[in-house]
Amino acid sequence: MNFPISGSHISPIYLAIVGFVIGILGGFFGVGGSFIAGPALRAVGLDWNFAVGTDLAHIVGKSVVAAKRHRALGNVDLKLGLIMAVGTIGGAEVGAQFIELLKRRGNVNLVVSIVSIAIYFSISSFMIWEARKTILMQRKKKAASSRPQSAAARDRSAFHGVTKSIQRIHLPPMISLPVSGVKSISLWIILFVAFVGGVFSGFLGGGAGYIRMPSMVYVLGIPTHLAVGTDLFEIIISASYGTWTHAMKGNVDILIALVMHTGAAIGAQIGAISTQYFAGPKIRLAFVPLPLIGAAIVIYTLFTGHKL
Amino acid sequence: MSRKPKEALHALRAFLIELVVYGVLVVAYFFVVLLFLQARLYELAQHHIRIYAVVAILLIIGQAVLLESVTTGLMRLIRGRSE
Repeated sequence: MNFPISGSHISPIYLAIVGFVIGILGGFFGVGGSFIAGPALRAVGLDWNFAVGTDLAHIVGKSVVAAKRHRALGNVDLKLGLIMAVGTIGGAEVGAQFIELLKRRGNVNLVVSIVSIAIYFSISSFMIWEARKTILMQRKKKAASSRPQSAAARDRSAFHGVTKSIQRIHLPPMISLPVSGVKSISLWIILFVAFVGGVFSGFLGGGAGYIRMPSMVYVLGIPTHLAVGTDLFEIIISASYGTWTHAMKGNVDILIALVMHTGAAIGAQIGAISTQYFAGPKIRLAFVPLPLIGAAIVIYTLFTGHKL
Repeated sequence: MSRKPKEALHALRAFLIELVVYGVLVVAYFFVVLLFLQARLYELAQHHIRIYAVVAILLIIGQAVLLESVTTGLMRLIRGRSE
């Protein structure tokens, strides 16, 4: 199928399959899957600037549906989401400007490829470390006590002390997040966390949930289920802005995003149902090879210059 | 056969039916909507970039809501019948 906006010729079946795989990942692991979408679009010859902008548009569609479901479950902190959206939009604009700068210099494909490889390897390493630590912690707790724990205690991470220290930093204005159970935290810390996520989102595409989600849990101290729902709500606003700014710069081929999304819609349902049959940190360990596949595709495209 | 593999078999069968029905709907959608939109969106992207940006966001949100209803409806229909 011809996609005149990006001047590319890509099989719609390929795009629907990529969308389907990403949809399953979203439903099963709760991730946006930009580490697969970006490299998969790049692998069929789309320039990184188009891969990033188009993936952002695709993310908007996915998050609308997912956030709707999480809102119904009460997993969205609207106040936190709206504050984070401001920081993320600022960061996304900076990320998009980096892309523009690299486009002008003519090395966008090389630089984004190298950064994405580094990020994908980091995600996999972190997931191995985190999942292993959680499994070990659960085993120890099981052995030490047979008393049932509260949900908050079960959600407590190894970073709990660090999180408390961050919440004590007095940098006015201080705000409270009653829905998330945070009594007091500096507005600037929330904006900073959101800004960093936004830069990654604007630069590498997708929702950058791989940065923002752990930051919300470990830095801001938001309970995991609320972090997932709020992140999705916030992504609707920030990814819509990202789509807008990238579209204005000529980096969005919406037809590609629409075709990809046809696969993602059914994949998301399958992924969500599959979680009934699997559970626990072992799922997160199973996730580890996926960013590595993304990295492998980017390395292949970078070194051979070939399309897949 | 124990209950769990039986449930999984039901789910697999329902999934395959859904995939076929959904595949047919999506192919029809490609031809009716996306090919129809191709030239118009290209025109917008070339000459009215602001309108293109707004239309792009509205299209992806609209499609998301529509396909979610379709997939949820399909799942209810097929799973309801297969169980």
